Amino acid sequence: MNILCISNGRVIDPSQNLDQVTEVWVHGDRILGVGPHPELRADHTLDASGKIVTPGLIDMHVHLREPGREEDETIATGTAAALAGGVTSVACMPNTEPAIDSQAAAEFVYLQAERAGNANVFPIGAITKGRHGKELAEIGGLVDGGAVGFTDDGAPVVSSEIMRRALEYCRMFDKAVLSHSEDLELSRNGVMNEGFESMRLGLRGYPGIAEEVMIYRDIALAELTGGRLHVLHVSTAGSVDLIRRGKQRGARVTGEACPHHFTLTDRCLRTFDSNFKMSPPLRTEADVQAILEGLKDGTLDVLATDHAPHAPEKKMVELELAPNGIIGLETFLPICIKALIEPGILTWSQMIEKMTINPARVLGIDRGTLKPNAIADITLIDPTREWTIDPTQFRSRSRNCPYAGWKVRGWAATVLVGGVVKFERK
Amino acid sequence: MKVDLPARESGKMIWTRRHLLGLEELHPQEIVTILDMAEEFTDSGGNRPRKRTNLRGKVVVNLFFEPSTRTRTSFGLAARQLGADTIDFSSSGSSVSKGETFIDTAKNIEALGIDLAVVRHSVPGAPHLLSQHLNCGVVNAGDGAHEHPTQGLLDIFTIRQVKGHVEGLTVGLVGDIAHSRVARSNIHGLLKLGARVIVCGPSTLIPPTVERLGVEVAHRLDDILPLCDVVNVLRIQFERQRSGLFPSIQEYSRLFGMHSERLRRAKPDLLLLAPGPINRGVELTPEVADGPNSAILKQVKNGLAVRMAVLYLLAGQPPEA
Repeated sequence: MNILCISNGRVIDPSQNLDQVTEVWVHGDRILGVGPHPELRADHTLDASGKIVTPGLIDMHVHLREPGREEDETIATGTAAALAGGVTSVACMPNTEPAIDSQAAAEFVYLQAERAGNANVFPIGAITKGRHGKELAEIGGLVDGGAVGFTDDGAPVVSSEIMRRALEYCRMFDKAVLSHSEDLELSRNGVMNEGFESMRLGLRGYPGIAEEVMIYRDIALAELTGGRLHVLHVSTAGSVDLIRRGKQRGARVTGEACPHHFTLTDRCLRTFDSNFKMSPPLRTEADVQAILEGLKDGTLDVLATDHAPHAPEKKMVELELAPNGIIGLETFLPICIKALIEPGILTWSQMIEKMTINPARVLGIDRGTLKPNAIADITLIDPTREWTIDPTQFRSRSRNCPYAGWKVRGWAATVLVGGVVKFERK
Repeated sequence: MKVDLPARESGKMIWTRRHLLGLEELHPQEIVTILDMAEEFTDSGGNRPRKRTNLRGKVVVNLFFEPSTRTRTSFGLAARQLGADTIDFSSSGSSVSKGETFIDTAKNIEALGIDLAVVRHSVPGAPHLLSQHLNCGVVNAGDGAHEHPTQGLLDIFTIRQVKGHVEGLTVGLVGDIAHSRVARSNIHGLLKLGARVIVCGPSTLIPPTVERLGVEVAHRLDDILPLCDVVNVLRIQFERQRSGLFPSIQEYSRLFGMHSERLRRAKPDLLLLAPGPINRGVELTPEVADGPNSAILKQVKNGLAVRMAVLYLLAGQPPEA
């Protein structure tokens, strides 16, 4: 027997309503159990005094860029960044070149992730062939290749008919459709939120309503079809409200919030810094408050980063020409602690739930728990460690981070994937 | 007005900036400083200011990433009138299509030994980005729909010249407020100097949030015209019609064009400005554009003096005694 005991840590596992100082026992790549087990003898121990011990964090919204845009990120560098952020599993979006729209493409992701040997990677398949929005991709083949959800993220499914059929078809595999909700005619390729700030700066605005009309449509289609809908990167108060009311009616809908949408506002664009440019864009203080409320009342089930790397030379251009997106894996935990735990918006259990078991359920993956026989993906968090965010030190290949210089608290101290220590902060 | 900025010049002149990026960030007294300095460069008599030496040995580059004739010419002449050497760089292609980022382009030109870069770009914030990456001073000569500070300054300069003051005047800005950098620079500058500003145009071309800047919004030109001491007529871009923001040029002209019959509703001494280039017969009928209320050509001449003042304040030395 090769038994590891993680002792003296505050073990938080929302999948078992657990929050207490106790032991976690690991045998090989599996969890043996949590709590005192006098019958077991540990071969190794890991002292977790002062640490929080959680199921390995899951970030279900990550762009790893491979294949096709390895200058921005690779599966190896993205998963190294994930580990440094305490994230043991990422779901990667299919807007690669070529798109992940076939079984072979999905299997390539698994192969590269295995070669890298860092965090687990679960591919999300494209809804339509080539993400062109015209014909359904071979969703059955993608499921066989290991795809755990479907989206054309980066772009919406413009055709309501295709979206309807995608929800119907994915229901057969019990897979969620992940909606990038954007009415392209209303968003007009906008550079930032439409409002007072965009008016002042003379920048093309992307109004909140462009997101909301699509969320309205997609929830209605989910109700029609019985399909399962996950709304990605919710950015407006109206969107939170639509999801809340959809849930009240019994629609199978879940919602996701990204840290930048509840920590930053469109005022940041006054700097004309493209590290504040992403889609959907930063909104207003009222939207930030509504997202926090949605996280608090459970309307928003999942915390995810929308980690979107772009090489510096692509971002360091005129704002209108700069691509959308910021990286987030290595700032995920401290920014959430700062915005959610420190002001008392969420308890640790509530926050960890949205980073572990909730995304695992949306994707239907066997992660996010410390229950016996679960795969031993475990994150040890030092919740008090103070540090200053410095993107030059990141493992990610890109540097497009809006939080440079922020003083934060908390980081991943030790990260186990499949029972093996894959990351350790010195 | 009490100002707590250190004075670079003696007396009431206040200037400490290396860049002129917009009027929004300027203190009212800084605007007055530029206007007063421009006064110095408006020589009475001759057609243009006397040649000076304040920028002798300095190099000013026009970096124009968007087509322009009058602003580029005006800046070029202003620099030469002050004794500077000038370089002209124009590129209509975006950085991406050129395969070189525009920051690299600018750095390469700066390496020739540049003191001031005058930047025109279709993207808001492009001059701000350059000001962070270049060591030389940067003048914004128009960035997308954001600001066009020297145009705002020359409009205000013309108002002050004709009316004797700016404070207390009612100024109407007519046209496409949403997409106009001239509108934004006018709004910031005029409000800072105590004018009342009314913006007037189709509701599709006036963002409702503009009121939060402190201006009033109107959609009927005939209603506001009698109130105005000054009307600044903005150019309408025909592509806005094609993108569905108003139904036709004819209807625009009927509702918001300045023609002689409409002008009868205005105060007799109404000052009519147009930052140009105008579409004759659309924003202004020819008899109004060339009529006694119009200061369009005076604006062009004042533009030279204002740009000389700006270049001087950013890079100039007092003339040798």
